[in-house]
Amino acid sequence: MSVPNDRKYSDSHEWYLVDGNIVTMGITQFAAEELTDITYVELPAVGSECSAGAAVGEIESVKATSDLICAISGKILAVNDELAEHPELVNDDAHNRGWMVKIEAADLSPLDELMDAGAYNEHIS
Amino acid sequence: MNQSPLHNYHVKLGARMVDFAGWSMPVMYRGIIDEHNHTRTKCSLFDVSHMGRLYLTGSDTEALLQHVCTRNVGDMAVGLSRYTHVCREDGGILDDVIVSRFEDQYLVVCNASNRQKITDWLNKHAAGKDVQMTDRTMETAMIALQGPEAIPQVQKLLNIDLSDLKRYHFQTGSYFTFKYAIFRSGYTGEDGVELILPAGIVKLAMPALMGMGNGDDAVIKPAGLGARDSLRLEAGMPLYGHELTEDWDSLTARQGWCVHLDKDFIGADAMREKKQAGLSRKIVGLKLEGRRTARQGFEVRSGGETIGQVTSGVLSPTLGCSLAMALVNIDHSKEGTELSIQFGAKEVPATVVKIPFYKLAS
Repeated sequence: MSVPNDRKYSDSHEWYLVDGNIVTMGITQFAAEELTDITYVELPAVGSECSAGAAVGEIESVKATSDLICAISGKILAVNDELAEHPELVNDDAHNRGWMVKIEAADLSPLDELMDAGAYNEHIS
Repeated sequence: MNQSPLHNYHVKLGARMVDFAGWSMPVMYRGIIDEHNHTRTKCSLFDVSHMGRLYLTGSDTEALLQHVCTRNVGDMAVGLSRYTHVCREDGGILDDVIVSRFEDQYLVVCNASNRQKITDWLNKHAAGKDVQMTDRTMETAMIALQGPEAIPQVQKLLNIDLSDLKRYHFQTGSYFTFKYAIFRSGYTGEDGVELILPAGIVKLAMPALMGMGNGDDAVIKPAGLGARDSLRLEAGMPLYGHELTEDWDSLTARQGWCVHLDKDFIGADAMREKKQAGLSRKIVGLKLEGRRTARQGFEVRSGGETIGQVTSGVLSPTLGCSLAMALVNIDHSKEGTELSIQFGAKEVPATVVKIPFYKLAS
């Protein structure tokens, strides 16, 4: 399974791709496969605030519901509306088309604590 | 941890194994929804070897079973199986089991999680009576073949004719030199069979069966406990620990059809009283708006009050909508009643609907 090396990873299996102060996040392919078929993704309202360490959404699979935890504080700029109709995009392509939330980060420093691709690969193997 | 005789096959087929009631069992192979749909359209093979298999002999066996089972099992012909509950004196459900009558013995198939409890319960009530019980769970395997293609496939594989085998009947046969029992029953809402065979022979039979599961266009493919759960839920079948618990009785669980109050059994008095007084709550089916899945324990609400709890939920692969079963106050149990289910801070509207949600056209 490929773990792209252009982003950061949390131990709760979210990925963060940074572009200036805009951060795109989602869950990893590993997490998507562990959760099995994803049936619904509950995402935050665009324009709402998120705070580091809190849940910004919920991911429902056939077997369980889990929180989407956001490592940074900021404002929700966009959510992936395509997931409402096609939650399976997360299973098919978690690192790209299965993205979940775009955040205007207030402070990027919490991302320094996260793993790079190599460390995350270790973490899941 | 207990392992099924088929453990190596599951691992070889890439199954994801989970701990289920002390057994390492496959929850899925390719994907739960894929396995679910394959069962509804073709045929799936489920390993259900974790289920308890207790064999009873002795002249008092029939009387014992009649005493502990909610359903009349006293008049069973050889070759017949019956679904029944086993309850406490106060009606609390200890387990749901299937009793089968062989020529020289009875078989009780119970849930893996309740095997010790049911063994102890039967032993306790057999004290001083002529009943000998043998637990053959570990020395046998149990597999289910379910789906519209199950009967033709099994007939071909075992070279037998099942056209006269009615639902909830069984017959015995042999594969090589080993004996097996084949039951026309299952837990998916589809036609199909369940087979009990010696643990050794199942390894001989599996290459033929599972070998068919490798190709994309195979008719028989393996399916795990995940699909088994979503299939049984669509079919409105209760699951122990969800719709059935010691905390309520069989009538409340909406399983009165397997309770014969005109005979004496443990729990009969309590259930007669309950019936006379009227039930205070009941298991119902719910259809939710939208595509979110309700989980066990979620609150069911009406008019700002909590009036029940979800027992199981699924985003139905076959019906394409979100379904749940819930224990609700009797005033809110009528078909068509509008309720809501609490998802964290949000409420999702839900309507009481008929169970089963999915029924095979007959």
